[in-house]
Amino acid sequence: MSILSKFAPLRQTYEQLRAVGQNPFEMVFEGMLSPTEGLYQGRRTILLGTNNYLGLTFDESCIEDSIAALRLQGTGTTGSRIANGSYDGHRKLELALAEFFARKHCMVFSTGYQANLGMLSTLAGKGDYLLLDADSHASIYDGARLGHAEVVRFRHNDPEDLRKRLKRLSNEPGSKLVVVEGIYSMLGDAAPLREFAEVKREMGAWLMVDEAHSLGVLGANGRGLAEAADVEADVDFVVGTFSKSLGSVGGFCVSNLDDFDVLRVACRPYMFTASLPPAVMASTIAALRRMQESPELRTRLHENASRLYYGLSKLGFAVGPQASPIVSVALQEAGLAVQFWNHLLEGGLYLNLALPPATPTQSPLLRSSVSAVHTTAQIDRALQLFESVGRQLGVLPPSLESRRKRVAQQTVGGHAEVALVASAARG
Amino acid sequence: MTDTVKTTQAEIIEGLQEILRRPATLDASTNIVRDLQLDSLAVMDFIMSLEDRFEIVIPLDRVAEVETLGDLARVVDQLRGRN
Repeated sequence: MSILSKFAPLRQTYEQLRAVGQNPFEMVFEGMLSPTEGLYQGRRTILLGTNNYLGLTFDESCIEDSIAALRLQGTGTTGSRIANGSYDGHRKLELALAEFFARKHCMVFSTGYQANLGMLSTLAGKGDYLLLDADSHASIYDGARLGHAEVVRFRHNDPEDLRKRLKRLSNEPGSKLVVVEGIYSMLGDAAPLREFAEVKREMGAWLMVDEAHSLGVLGANGRGLAEAADVEADVDFVVGTFSKSLGSVGGFCVSNLDDFDVLRVACRPYMFTASLPPAVMASTIAALRRMQESPELRTRLHENASRLYYGLSKLGFAVGPQASPIVSVALQEAGLAVQFWNHLLEGGLYLNLALPPATPTQSPLLRSSVSAVHTTAQIDRALQLFESVGRQLGVLPPSLESRRKRVAQQTVGGHAEVALVASAARG
Repeated sequence: MTDTVKTTQAEIIEGLQEILRRPATLDASTNIVRDLQLDSLAVMDFIMSLEDRFEIVIPLDRVAEVETLGDLARVVDQLRGRN
């Protein structure tokens, strides 16, 4: 028996995916033509699932700064900051983020995943409590597992449910850290942060907001949901990533808490991993600057997001609870979702296929992420493809035109009225 | 003590039957993941509903040691005793 035998059921699911067509988890693009277009199996494919919210991956100034840093400081740091020392880029990036968020302290991590892994496992120790929104990202759950705190879930986006669970812990002496996300990555819904902040204040808990999908997306200055909800003073820790709106890779945490810097020698996912390479830090600093210089990117992003969200909703698809740059369509079952996803790809549209249990409900999702630099024509093409595949697979009722055609055909047989009623009933 | 265990177990079974929506024979030896085919998310959601039913906190690491309904009833009982 192989050490991998336990994965037999997973292997089986994986093979079933392969049998339908392309494997969504093994996609290889031969080239990137722009932030919104890639080359897949020789054809130009619209990218609608890459979290490239501001489209800065090909920004000239980001690329130039990155090249300059690469030439000046080399390809990598070859180790961790506590062993090899920091480059000036690490400090500059931390200062730039602290200034942007108007916070005293900042720590950068090599990925966004590690930022959550590090902060959650270190902030909440033995005897403390982590209260996680039930729909939290895997990095939050994994950070909770890595540490020694007791982990309690509360119902998604439900401040009253959180209050109830905190009350049950009111006699426990440990610190309580509440973790929510600015925008949830599967359905694109935002947390009711004002209400969460109120519960946090009332119950004497700490609050961390993961702004991975909301940095550069929400708030007048792009500081995320905490800024948009005007509760930045109540948020003790903001974590986030560089791999979405800032177009590179890495993660961070900012805070006003005194002694925050002690975490640099306590936080293992910060201490025992290679630090970010100079080219990445340089492009991230440039992207942060570009994001602040160009608020119109955010306006354009929300216009595109609304066009897609309301477009899909009007067609009759089951979309998430609110318009945001993450637009997900829920389908009935996994087989149908895999087929749908393959048809979209064949039509030149790439987005994400999310299957349970990675999704918040039992429904599989076709998840789009919109960019500020998608053209209206690209969004409309996506809508058009969704509509035609939806009708072809019976997710949407047949179009009026095809209904008319069918009625015309059936009139010959004398069953026009019956056919019309039947098709209306399905619609 | 035995009586309490039974009561807790009966309540857990009642809660499970509500979410399973299909008839199932459930007893102390029922394996939650294998016999009921619940995925990890469904199990965590069920635990959350038990926290409300018994007005307790069930930390996730306590769930890691649970395999059968009998195990779960014992954990819940310990936590009820603590509160």
